[in-house]
Amino acid sequence: MTTEPILKARGLVKRYGKVTALDECDFDLMPGEILAVIGDNGAGKSSLIKAISGAILPDDGKIWLEGRDVIFRNPIEAREAGIETVYQTLAMSPALSIADNMFMGRELRKPGFIGKYFRKLDRPAMEKFAREKLNELGLMTIQNINQAVETLSGGQRQGVAVARAAAFGSKVVILDEPTAALGVKESRRVLELIRDVRKRGIPIILISHNMPHVFEIADRIHIHRLGRRLCVIRPQDYTMSDAVAFMTGAKLPEGVTEAA
Amino acid sequence: MSNDAKTVSEAYESGLTGASERVAEFHEKDSPLKRLQHWLHTTPSAVPMIVLLLALLFFGFATSNFFKAGTLSTILQQIAIVGILGCAQTLVVLTAGIDLSVGAIAVFSSVLMGQFTFRYGIPAPLSIILGLGLGTLMGAMNGFLIARIKLPPFIVTLGTWQILLAANFIYSANETIRSSDIEAQAPALRFWGNDIVFFADAAVKNSGVKVLYAVFLMIVLVAVMAYVLRHTAWGRHVYATGDDPQAAALAGVPTGRVLIQVYALAGLFCAIAGWVMIGRFGSVSPTASTGQLGNIQSITAVVIGGISLFGGRGSIIGMFFGALIVGVFEMGLRLIGTDPQWTFFLIGVLIILAVAVDQWIRKASA
Ligand SMILES: Nc1ncnc2c1ncn2[C@@H]1O[C@H](COP(=O)(O)OP(=O)(O)OP(=O)(O)O)[C@@H](O)[C@H]1O
Ligand SMILES: [Mg+2]
Repeated sequence: MTTEPILKARGLVKRYGKVTALDECDFDLMPGEILAVIGDNGAGKSSLIKAISGAILPDDGKIWLEGRDVIFRNPIEAREAGIETVYQTLAMSPALSIADNMFMGRELRKPGFIGKYFRKLDRPAMEKFAREKLNELGLMTIQNINQAVETLSGGQRQGVAVARAAAFGSKVVILDEPTAALGVKESRRVLELIRDVRKRGIPIILISHNMPHVFEIADRIHIHRLGRRLCVIRPQDYTMSDAVAFMTGAKLPEGVTEAA
Repeated sequence: MSNDAKTVSEAYESGLTGASERVAEFHEKDSPLKRLQHWLHTTPSAVPMIVLLLALLFFGFATSNFFKAGTLSTILQQIAIVGILGCAQTLVVLTAGIDLSVGAIAVFSSVLMGQFTFRYGIPAPLSIILGLGLGTLMGAMNGFLIARIKLPPFIVTLGTWQILLAANFIYSANETIRSSDIEAQAPALRFWGNDIVFFADAAVKNSGVKVLYAVFLMIVLVAVMAYVLRHTAWGRHVYATGDDPQAAALAGVPTGRVLIQVYALAGLFCAIAGWVMIGRFGSVSPTASTGQLGNIQSITAVVIGGISLFGGRGSIIGMFFGALIVGVFEMGLRLIGTDPQWTFFLIGVLIILAVAVDQWIRKASA
């Protein structure tokens, strides 16, 4: 492949005390692709995307976005660079409304004098946008966009988080188990949304334990094992049981010798 | 093969064809109690407002001269300082913190304003600005220790409460600036002690209802902060930081900066309260009781006002009602002529009730 990765990482290391969550981990995301990341529980998938999105500072390693090396010291910096993330924990403020949550950290202000000098929020505009995005996702008709996030079901919350990332991501959208709490129908909608985002030319990193979904939607699959990238496969070349065997260490992909 | 995947998904998802396009909605059969819980959950200042109205009704019937403009203006005057300290405390408690140093900052700032004027001969308006700036700095120091060094707010402000109060005694050499001197040489210091007289009868001397400037200041500050907390991005960030700091940080709120700003702004409010103290008491006294009691009184107003000590919930209007409730109880019980200890007795009961109600309301989310 001649194209350069839009997002690239080499030798990422992250230790939590004695636990090594990332062990010299490499990562590549190609422009316009859907990259799935799979691996056992505790393999370090979330740690990897947290390092990429500025939520944790890796102890070692380098990251390049569009060829320029970057260091994100916090999620705000990553977001300003166009990387939008749905974390496994969803990162929502339970007591605040859906609209407030969707615009957290990038609130819209009223035009003109009131917005400029009194810094008044443009609630109607934010509510309209939030409602549109949630409808697009078709995930729910939330009657009241002003209801507190804590009054939503787990799946609805996930829907709001996904809608937020899809709406604002400009370079990369990262989804850490976005369908874990969703029903069959709602998961399908999220998969459609992922395809829509890709159609806009934005690549997606999808972490999921749902093999049928992963094999259906991913262009490439990054298999994560023991804190590092074991291999990257194409879904056409392998079966799901192969992938599971690689992921759990039951089998080794060709050309890979496991160091440990 | 990816085709396998497709067929697997299709196998169970085919059940979706013809599925209702109606999407998840809420069909809770709400009992009245559940609805009340939900309403209180969305309207956090409702409880203190109801308590306040009940207290007003009770004292209105129990005493003959409660509903007089003079009585009501005295109540407002009594709570002016606590109300302003309460603004500071509200901000801090909304971030799930606590500020035990509010009274100390207020007293120290008032002493600084007074001493700058009388010891160094700095013009009073400039001394006031310096005092306000130093109060802000004291708050910012709390914020720095909490947000950057990551020490618990209770411990930090327990420490700075003692440090600032002691510094205040050492610096002032326990010296009070007399009210006659302030009156003569630095009237700006006692600006908030001026009053406007309503309903005055020109023929009668000292008639009418006096309302201190301090009362208007308190109301304006509460109103401004209510606006800021509700209608600006910064206000939303304060709530988000208190609600779940990790989530807020991941969602793009600079939580550390918000915390420092909150404590610094709290410091400014305390310094303003210090300035108001000079107007209320006439003199500048390093031993003013606010230094020891200001924190407890402001926390009381905040808690009775329905602001959750766990952060992220409640409104500053609630704090205002909370302060008013305390003022109404004090005045009402005095008019009835009971032992003043009953005030504290009842306030104690209210505090516990308020926290119990908060716990119950928070269950609405579960
Ligand atoms: N904040 C933390 N403190 C200590 N250890 C942590 C922390 N976060 C992650 N770990 C450890 O790092 C390792 C990798 O965790 P990570 O969350 O990245 O796994 P994961 O692949 O996302 O798992 P899952 O599929 O369960 O989400 C685990 O052993 C975990 O215990
Ligand atoms: Mg994970």
